[in-house]
This record gives sequence, C-alpha cells and structure tokens, in this order.
Amino acid sequence: MNVLEKVPVREQDPKVRATNFEEVCYGYNQEEAMAEASRCIGCKNAACVKGCPVSIDIPGFISKVKEGNIEDAYKIISESSSLPAVCGRVCPQESQCEGKCIRGLKGDPVSIGKLERFVADWAFENDVHPEPPMEKNGKKVAVIGSGPAGVTCAGDLAKMGYDVTVFEALHELGGVLVYGIPEFRLPKERVVRKEIENVKKLGVKFETNVVVGKSVTIDNLIEDEGFEAVFIGSGAGLPKFMGIPGENANGVFSANEYLTRSNLMKAFREDSKTPIMRGKKVAVVGGGNVAMDAARTALRLGAEVHIVYRRSEAELPARVEEVHHAKEEGIIFDLLTNPVEILADENGWVSGIKCIRMELGEPDASGRRRPVEVAGSEFVIDVDAVIMSLGTSPNPLISSTTEGLEVNKWKCIIAEEENGKTTKEGVYAGGDAVTGAATVILAMGAGRAGAKGIHEYLSNK
Amino acid sequence: MYKILEAKELANSIYLFVVEAKRCASYCQPGQFVIVRTTEDGERIPLTVCDYDRDAGTVTIVVQTIGASTMEMKELKAGDSFHDFVGPLGKASEFIMEDAEELKKKKILFVAGGLGTAPVYPQVKWLHEKGVDVDVIIGSKTKDMLIMEEEMKAVAGNLYVTTDDGSYGRSGMVTKVIEDLYAEGKTYDVCVAIGPMIMMKFVCLLTKKLDLHTIVSMNPIMVDGTGMCGACRLTVGGEVKFACVDGPEFDGHLVNFDEAMKRQQMYKTAEGRAVLKEKEGDTHHGGCGVCGGND
Repeated sequence: MNVLEKVPVREQDPKVRATNFEEVCYGYNQEEAMAEASRCIGCKNAACVKGCPVSIDIPGFISKVKEGNIEDAYKIISESSSLPAVCGRVCPQESQCEGKCIRGLKGDPVSIGKLERFVADWAFENDVHPEPPMEKNGKKVAVIGSGPAGVTCAGDLAKMGYDVTVFEALHELGGVLVYGIPEFRLPKERVVRKEIENVKKLGVKFETNVVVGKSVTIDNLIEDEGFEAVFIGSGAGLPKFMGIPGENANGVFSANEYLTRSNLMKAFREDSKTPIMRGKKVAVVGGGNVAMDAARTALRLGAEVHIVYRRSEAELPARVEEVHHAKEEGIIFDLLTNPVEILADENGWVSGIKCIRMELGEPDASGRRRPVEVAGSEFVIDVDAVIMSLGTSPNPLISSTTEGLEVNKWKCIIAEEENGKTTKEGVYAGGDAVTGAATVILAMGAGRAGAKGIHEYLSNK
Repeated sequence: MYKILEAKELANSIYLFVVEAKRCASYCQPGQFVIVRTTEDGERIPLTVCDYDRDAGTVTIVVQTIGASTMEMKELKAGDSFHDFVGPLGKASEFIMEDAEELKKKKILFVAGGLGTAPVYPQVKWLHEKGVDVDVIIGSKTKDMLIMEEEMKAVAGNLYVTTDDGSYGRSGMVTKVIEDLYAEGKTYDVCVAIGPMIMMKFVCLLTKKLDLHTIVSMNPIMVDGTGMCGACRLTVGGEVKFACVDGPEFDGHLVNFDEAMKRQQMYKTAEGRAVLKEKEGDTHHGGCGVCGGND
C-alpha cells in the first residue's frame, strides 16, 4: 500500500445508483478503516482539530481505530459531537479537517470523514451510545428546532444535567437532516433516526408539531412553562426566487419544496401519498449542495437534469464529492449561464428556460470573480420543470413574535459567536437562524457554543 | 396523537371534527389555519380553523372529501386520533387588532361560499362576541351541500342564504345576492369573501366596481405551511407572497387570481390531474386531491 494514497471507499456504481435512492457510499469496513487510520501520523499540535468546528480530538480517535478499539474511538468522538454518523457523511471535510491534514501536503489527506462515519456506524451496530449523566440539576431549558444546531445544543445540555425539551415545527425530528438532505446521501431510518434516538437516551424530551411564534411564544415558554433559558436553532427559512418573469408557472419549484416532498414526505417512494413532479428534462438553478441534492433527486426520478450556474466550476459552492458524484451520475453542468426568463405554454406549465451566457469579470466583495452577461447570447433550454436553489432568507416567525430579540439587516438573529447570546436575556441562538444558510457542522458548532453560553448563564443566575 | 372528541357529517361529503389540540386552542385566532395528517405516512393537509374552545383545549375543523387523503379522514370517529395536528398557522384576520368601538361603526359583509362557510364562522362569532353585528351571505351549490346555517344565524346580524340551483333560500350565485342587497339600498365599508377561488375572483370583480374593500382568504397548494417551501406563493399587488406566512388573508383587489387558479389547477382540475398523472408517473397516488390514485 502506498501511504501517500488514501484507502479507496466502496461506492454504488453510478449507473445503478442513478436509478435508486440507496446510499451512494458504502463506507469503510473495519479492515479498511484500520488501514486508513494507520496513515495518520498523530501530530501533537494537530491542525485537523483546529479545522473542525466542534474540535473533535481527531488524532485521538484515529489512534484508537488503528488499534481496533472502535468503542473507545466512539467515546472520544462523542465528547465533542452528538451526530458523528451525520457529520462523517455531510461535512465539507476538504475545507475543514482534511484540508488541514499534513498528509495532504504530499499525497491524499487522511480520510477523516470516512473514519468518523465508520466509527459511528459501528457504534449503531453494536448498540454503543452516550450515557446520560448521573446527576440532574433540574433546570429546564427549551430548544427550538430539532436540526443540527438544536440537537447538538440539547445533547450537550443534557450531558451537563439539564432538563431539556426540544420543540419541532414539523411532524418528524431532524430538521434539514430529514427534509433537506436526500436519502442517498444521508439515510433517514438507519442514520438520522438513530442519532436522534441517542440524544433521547441522554434524557432529552422532544415535542413535534409546535411552531414557536405561533403555537407558543418564547415569552410563554419562559413565563408560563418554567423554562429558564431558550436556544433558538430554527434554521434558515424562506426560499429565495430570482424575480424573473414566469417564475410562478406550474412546474417551477423551490429546491426546498422539491426536496421536502421527496425527503420528508417520501414522495420518491411508491407508497407515498404526497405527489412529486417527475420532469422529463429539469433545470436546477444554483451551484450549492442543495442544488446538487435537488438535481440528483430529479435524476433518480427519471429526468435529464441540467445544473444552471452563473459562475464557473471553480466557484461552485457545493462539496467537491457532491459535484464529483453528480457528474458521475450524468448531471449536465451548464456553467457561466444565468436564467433570464421561464417560458410557459398556454396552460401555464413550464416549457423552457431562457438563459444568457456569462463571463467572469473582476473579483467582487466575496473575492470570487463577478460574472457578467455576454450581450446578445440568450438561448433557450427546453425543460418541463425548473428547480430554484438560490438559498433562503430567515423566517420571521420567531423574531417578529419575540420582543427584545434583535435581528440584523439581513433579518438574521443577532447572537454572539462564542456563546450564542442574543439581545434578550436568557435567549441564545445559533445555526442558520443566525448566520443564514450554512453547513450542518457549523450549525452544530453554534449549538455547542449555545449550550456553553446557557450553562454559564444558568450557573451564575 | 390528537384525539377526536366529536366527528359528524354536516352535509353531503362535508365532515366536522372537534380535536383535542391544547397548544393550538390556546393561541389560535379567526383567520388562521392548521395542518393535519391522518396517519403516520399521510399527506399534510391545510385546513382553516372553524372554531376553538380555549378552556376545553379543542379546535374544530371542517373537511370536504375530495381525494384519497380526505376520504381517509372521513372514516375517523370520535375516540380516534389524527396523527399530527399543527397550528395555528398564518396570520390572524386583521380586524382582531382593531378596537371594538371602531368596528361597531363599520358595516361589514361576509360572503361565504361552500366550505368557506367554516372559516367565516369564527370571524363572525368573534365579532358578535365583541358586540359587532355583521351581514353574512352563504352560497351553496344545492340545499344538501349547505352547512352551518343554524350556527351562523346565531351570530350573524342578517343572514342571506342562496343556492346555485335555487333548491333553498335565494336563487343564484353570491355575487347576485351582493348586487341585490346594493339594489335594495344597502352599502358596506368592508367585505370578507371566503370560498372557492373562482367565487372570490368574481366577488372581487364586483366589489371593485362597488368600490368595496374586500379581503379574501387564499388556499393554495402547501407542503410545510411555515414558509419553508414556497409552494403556496402567489402574486399580490405585483409582489410574490407566501400564503402560509404572509396570509392566508389578502386584499382581494390586489390578488392575481388567474395565476393562482392556474397554479391550483396543477392538482385540482381534470386537466391538471391528467398532466400530473403523466408527469408524476409512478409517484402519483392521489395527491391531486381528487382521483384516488392510480388504482
């Protein structure tokens, strides 16, 4: 074995997986994991840990994998992460831990994500899970939202002895992990539900179908229901549209709608009662992870799929692995292309998308080169469905019903990064509700900071 | 699980359920809606709140059986449960923020069409409890589709019932009754019209001519009902609005009904159903709300 190269991970054949919703990546078995772990040189002052938003002791857990002691490896990860099976699958490792790995200077970095996933999956199979604390402090904390930020915050607080209740607006727990990320990337029964079960085992209570701001307000939770602190991890919210003509035609969906139908409501399954449109030819507008998820979902439902993105490949915000998988499966990338109008037939159904070619100009505020239109280059792609994946803007449900909770000019809740403290006493926040749409792991980092902030607040109260 | 305390058939294919939903019952207001799922794998169905009892912790909903999921609902009896029941969602009717004395000075007309009678009822009842008497028109296709006449009579000032086929009450559409009332010399300051989109569209065309400010309650396709999916978007005064968080009530004179009806066709007309059946292929299982699925 060449130590410069990572142990390859087994995956479903692209041609086969393009027609099903089974998980793409099979992950390592123990033999492969131990071989990959042996590539870690165990840096003393490990750069990878600094690249991890929840600071997992990466060399620590990998050394246990190397020895074949997976249970201890799991315990080390659990000290820092409530959702290792999720993170091992969806974190952008290339720009975090693996991006910092010394091995990466010459050769492949250690496959930290795949090792994390192996350890977490092993723990599920062997029924190893974090233990609840021996002593409870009896203090009640409410957590709003059961996505990555909320669940992480709840798990951390429960480990410290708090009596935590999580309120979820939807009928299913997991937030974006269940409505947003597709089955083929993150299995719901086998992974998400089990991770949530582990948090329940810590003593965390969950109440579904509660829309905070509507079914109850934060002030009610504090004044009437005895919660001493509240963490808001309510997620990003309302899908953005482009504001171009034809966007309300039948067959134009937000990625959120398309993915919610498929993931949360299981519309991809034969036995689902919720319908989803199977386009023949679908345009997905946008270049992030959500765009890749929507495109690969539409492909699996039988469509020819085009990603329409206004910048070039180098600027695609999606994880490298997602773009790679999408290409393998046959997604067509129409780069440096921007929609200007959606065309509809006489009955109001989408018949095409009119686009204009772009070229890269000077760098903009984000440091990326600004795309500019090439005059007169309009052309039409014949499609029968368009999925808009342009990001989201914050949901005003909570901020508009909570006096004293301030938002910034983008309507995101204002919270301190190191402890999640908002402008309202006893109320903490983190994740997409604060930052706008970001990643699962950043939300988890914020949930963790919020738990720390709440613990400090209630310890000194 | 949300227990059903009472279940009854109000009229041909229209059913009423009184459901135990404490959180919703404590906070819901006239004009808002809920989302229910009958079973663990059911669709999310948005329904307007018809009544609520804060002390008993119950919310009343009224359902018309039009498709697979609502057909499933009609089998439920008292003692059974809904798997999920979430709400209240959407904004409350604007008048609940207004001063009762100011409201008493206004002449208000409610126009209810078919199932729209159910969401009109809590508004009229709320106003009645504040000492505001309003006029109500209920329109129904036929006599045996008419619902909540007695309940409405108890809280309305004047109640005018009309049937499209003349089988009961006045004869003709609700717009004809509005015209007749104006011809009789009546005038109003504000109108609230709730019913099928086509009815709301024609009420608005008429009230625009009468210079009568009109509020409508929109019921487009929804999935989550909390602003997340954007399926319920519609154009109001040239701007895109989400019915679930910005509404469901809007200024009817600003709503683009033609676009909204086209979007609703996706699931509600024979044509739309056929297109959807083709486009959804094997995943078409009666989500159009009408056909009962492939079988």
